Amino acid sequence: MTQLKSSMAGSVFTVNVNVGDNVEVGQVVMVLESMKMEIPVEAEVAGKVTEINANVGDFVNEGDTLVTITE
Amino acid sequence: MKKVLIANRGEIASRVIRTCKRLGIETVAVYSEADAEMPFVKEADHAFLIGPPPIQQSYLKGQEIIEIAIRENVDAIHPGYGILSENATFVEQVQKAGITFIGPDATTIQKMGDKIEARQTMQRASVPVVPGTDEGVSTLEEAKRIAAEIGYPIMLKASAGGGGVGMIRCEDEQALGQQFDSVKNRAKMYFGSDAVFLEKFISNARHIEVQVFGDYHGNIVHLFERNCSVQRRNQKVIEESPSPSLSEEARAQLFEAAVNAAKAVNYKNAGTVEFIVDENEQIYFLEMNTRLQVEHPITEEVTGYDLVEWQIEVARGNELPVIDQQQIELSGHALEFRVYAEDPITFMPSPGEITKLDLGNDDDVRIDNGYAENGKVTPFYDPLISKVIVHAATREEAIEKSKAYLATLNIEGLKTNLPLFSEILNEESFIQGAYTTSIIANWLEAQKGEKVN
Repeated sequence: MTQLKSSMAGSVFTVNVNVGDNVEVGQVVMVLESMKMEIPVEAEVAGKVTEINANVGDFVNEGDTLVTITE
Repeated sequence: MKKVLIANRGEIASRVIRTCKRLGIETVAVYSEADAEMPFVKEADHAFLIGPPPIQQSYLKGQEIIEIAIRENVDAIHPGYGILSENATFVEQVQKAGITFIGPDATTIQKMGDKIEARQTMQRASVPVVPGTDEGVSTLEEAKRIAAEIGYPIMLKASAGGGGVGMIRCEDEQALGQQFDSVKNRAKMYFGSDAVFLEKFISNARHIEVQVFGDYHGNIVHLFERNCSVQRRNQKVIEESPSPSLSEEARAQLFEAAVNAAKAVNYKNAGTVEFIVDENEQIYFLEMNTRLQVEHPITEEVTGYDLVEWQIEVARGNELPVIDQQQIELSGHALEFRVYAEDPITFMPSPGEITKLDLGNDDDVRIDNGYAENGKVTPFYDPLISKVIVHAATREEAIEKSKAYLATLNIEGLKTNLPLFSEILNEESFIQGAYTTSIIANWLEAQKGEKVN
């Protein structure tokens, strides 16, 4: 199980996956927006998305878990 | 005009308040919960909370801002730059409420805000535009066909975009295929319209813009040019006026084209006509910004005029303070450095608390600052902390003075791009004044090379 964490504080701009989706390494699963810049959150491992912890518009802090992927 | 509401935040709100105070005009600030402790809130005569931190829930709530303006009996609203400054609907609503908008009229804003329409307007006025499409491109097939005709690399741009957002460079057909839907989707999300167009990417170009001003009496003048070629992610970092290494012939062409562009839309108030100048000094219209620009202070330094005061005079219905172009003189050389809360190498945002803010004490250097020590730079707005503006008799002196001053600046608690400035100031192409919009990208490439070696 791998948890993708936010690298900085920002808002969730898009959520590109659903629970149950299979993702590849490097796939953009979420896009955050911080200081008018879009920051892609990429899957670090391949596997199935088992949990999504943030919705579009939510504010997240650095270190918050965004998506959980089970290999 | 006795009372002005500033529909903005940070350094530009402080900047507008400063001129209003000097002119004896009362000021009203609006602020979000994230900005309650910002200097501009304290500097204004009155301040009102408008909502939570996200910009959509605070500074972009035009109707609520207008309601505050009505309640407070303000005569005019100054929009600063960004946020609502180029929102034609907001301008109409302000005027409908019987309040003066300090900026151009809604029709001009709309015309120039739509980049496709702006291109068409400029072509009709015989102002040269970058080769590209004159209509929105709706399908990838169409985009590929046109790009093949124009020749790669091309810039794919959102028609309603601006500020470097909603544009991407495509090196080849494959890149265009990968980016087309993404730019359309982003354009829809950010700007409410998915219209996109293509422009040829002009290599080894300089980004040079001309400050123009118009009034309600038919007068239009320019206040010389600014070279804004030091950019990262299509956003400006260092600007200078006048532009180095520009022939007098090209300079005259720029001024003529800019004034013609302003005349073509019967321009009123402050505006900027942006151009791309290629290696052969061929000039191309890029876009017109219908507002005061972030980099307006360097024009103020080399002309000696207060552009916010000019804006207020025009909005009052008065003639421009100077209507004879020959009387507007350029004096010395000015540089502006945008201090951003970001990593100086990756340019990734670096929100956080400013634990130390030592801006030095050189009375001869202008600082347009937005933050106080212990203030928080939040992720909700742009990363601009302060602007350092240095004016001297010559470009060489301005560079030396900048180096000396920037070395004394100390900002702690978050990452800033301060280290980048000294690197650029020591770059040979910058020193020679021969740099292009690739200067930062080239410097980063050279850094990588050095690391490998």
